[in-house]
Amino acid sequence: MIPDNGDSTATALRGNAEVAEALGRRYAAGFVTDIETDSLPPGLSEDVIRQLSARKGEPAWMTEWRLAAYRHWLTMPAPHWAKLDIGPIDFQAISYYASPKNRPKSLEEVDPKLLETYDKLGVPLHERARLAGVAVDAVFDSVSVGTTFRKELADAGVIFCSMSEAIREYPELVRQYLGSVVPPGDNYFAALNSAVFSDGSFVFIPRGVRCPMELSTYFRINAGHTGQFERTLIVAEEGAYVSYLEGCTAPMRDENQLHAAVVELVALEKAQIKYSTVQNWYPGDEEGRGGIYNFVTKRGDCRGDDSKISWTQVETGSAITWKYPSCVLRGDRSVGEFYSVALTHHRQQADTGTKMIHLGKGTKSKIVSKGISAGRSSNSYRGLVKVEKGAEGARNYTQCDSLLIGKQCGAHTFPYMEVKNPSAIVEHEATTSKISDDQLFYCRSRGIGEEDAVSMIVDGFCKQVFRELPMEFAVEAKKLLEISLEGAVG
Amino acid sequence: MLKIENLHARVEGKDILKGLTLAVNAGEVHAIMGPNGAGKSTLGNVLAGREGYEVTAGSVTFDGVDLLALEPEERAAAGVFLAFQYPVEIPGVNNTYFLRAALNAQRKARGEPELDSMQFLKLVREKLKVMRISDELLHRAVNEGFSGGEKKRNEIFQMAVLEPKLAILDETDSGLDIDALKQVAEGVNALRSPERSFLVVTHYQRLLDYIVPDFVHVLADGRIVESGDKSLALKLEAHGYAWVAEHGEPAGAGA
Repeated sequence: MIPDNGDSTATALRGNAEVAEALGRRYAAGFVTDIETDSLPPGLSEDVIRQLSARKGEPAWMTEWRLAAYRHWLTMPAPHWAKLDIGPIDFQAISYYASPKNRPKSLEEVDPKLLETYDKLGVPLHERARLAGVAVDAVFDSVSVGTTFRKELADAGVIFCSMSEAIREYPELVRQYLGSVVPPGDNYFAALNSAVFSDGSFVFIPRGVRCPMELSTYFRINAGHTGQFERTLIVAEEGAYVSYLEGCTAPMRDENQLHAAVVELVALEKAQIKYSTVQNWYPGDEEGRGGIYNFVTKRGDCRGDDSKISWTQVETGSAITWKYPSCVLRGDRSVGEFYSVALTHHRQQADTGTKMIHLGKGTKSKIVSKGISAGRSSNSYRGLVKVEKGAEGARNYTQCDSLLIGKQCGAHTFPYMEVKNPSAIVEHEATTSKISDDQLFYCRSRGIGEEDAVSMIVDGFCKQVFRELPMEFAVEAKKLLEISLEGAVG
Repeated sequence: MLKIENLHARVEGKDILKGLTLAVNAGEVHAIMGPNGAGKSTLGNVLAGREGYEVTAGSVTFDGVDLLALEPEERAAAGVFLAFQYPVEIPGVNNTYFLRAALNAQRKARGEPELDSMQFLKLVREKLKVMRISDELLHRAVNEGFSGGEKKRNEIFQMAVLEPKLAILDETDSGLDIDALKQVAEGVNALRSPERSFLVVTHYQRLLDYIVPDFVHVLADGRIVESGDKSLALKLEAHGYAWVAEHGEPAGAGA
């Protein structure tokens, strides 16, 4: 189960099959694929960015865009962490580009080892076993290794490919929309991402098209001492609809790895984008060693009237999660939604929530956040609801529920509201509860074992959010919570 | 079937049961009556295995097995069911889903095949008819937003589906009006069988008008002080518990 890669964690584990099995069960995606990697040496400079851009065969405007972002980043102070305990990050110690050697030109040419990796992760890419009705773009370290169902999508007029490919093949579209929602200088990590972003997915749904299948990107960090800086851009033209899902895993390592992504969504008039995330980056061990720093900027722009953007996230992984998928409700009557389950265990920290910026008239937003804390973890909801002057009749409903398991964890809720239009209605409800001994005993007295009882209660707590996920992924998310909570009670 | 001998139990450092002895045979219905604080609920909780109830002496065997050595879920699989005085709400967990998980967990523990959703649904339909419970209750979350009567009926419905060998009803009549009481009693009576025993814990005689017991025991200060047939309940009703304290002799009750 643990491949021979010389990784110190793996070496130690191989000596003790039982421990390996137990750990593997807790974080089944923690293996490393032994594959030759072509990577840039650690370090960050203009020269590194030029090399990175050259390796990806990018046009000059893209290189310049990156350099401008980098120069801006240099002027920015590192952010002050509100509720997070995090040491300084050495950006010179990170490699900003890692790609499997012998990069494939099409899925047929993909290294069998890579295909095997995605098989093991439950995301088969080869023709025979593909997920029915779901097109997948697989991103391995810094590059996309393949996209399934390309022909079917092309027939519908949908563009779904890696960002690198989009920059080469659809430069006008990319230039028009890239950075239009999250400008390069938006925040520290967005600026860094703009300078060094490696790969990610590009989705374009033309006017009036309902995307015929779910689109999904599977992000995998494999190489050590690298960061993953993916960039995703989804554009839905007038009246278009798309449902998109991303999944994330990484091997178990002692070091902390940085994942600083930027996701931009653009919904034109009457368009709808549904974006779901199941985030299962390696969370670190029980003592908080290793794990991914997940610092992500996700923002959707409801640019057209009557458009709708809906974020659903299930966050169980990462040592530290810092993300606030947001909606800018620019178009009149546009709708923003945010459904979130964030689970932290052991020493994990999560500071997550959303921002709903109401600009248009009659705009509506809904926020349902479910935080589950176990072990010695810390879980914060931080959300902003902002109603600008022109947002006549704006409405927001926010519900934040926290569930505590055990006595050493923490849950915090920070709802911010700025309302500048008196006709707006903003509602906020918050609850904090514990899995009670009474609930556990009730389940057990009916024959249900303790761990099953806990996952049943947690599942019930998250029901409102799971309902928003595409069916297959709801099942997946439920399983993920069960695994993440193993050993949380007793 | 159930044999309790000289049971002593303590809650939060306080001795509650002080030498309780009771034997229940298959098919019998025993009523346990007594004033507040006598240890009635403690008995049910000790038998079901609730944490925080410490057994300091005595023994309980169930079909020859040391019941006290089993975890709560193992006791359930062995056939012990406790109908709660205050049924617990589990938000977001569908009532049917919960019940199927419970039944299958028990079946699995007993080495029986689990029921698939079709088989389970069929079973539930049959039980619904007997219990006269509305379908709608099944689709709601476990006890969430249920009225007092609905909660108690749901307990009896769970019992009907789980088909225990020994059912302990902990003050199932508390908080029920007379109509709800009759419905609950009807459900219990429908489940009476030569293989199934009941321990009906209650403060009032009223419930026993509808669930007629084979034996009545009076619990006072942690022990059974008087045992008899159903007429004992009527005597208690007429004279109050003080009467037992004056006239009753501590007795190892038998069946």
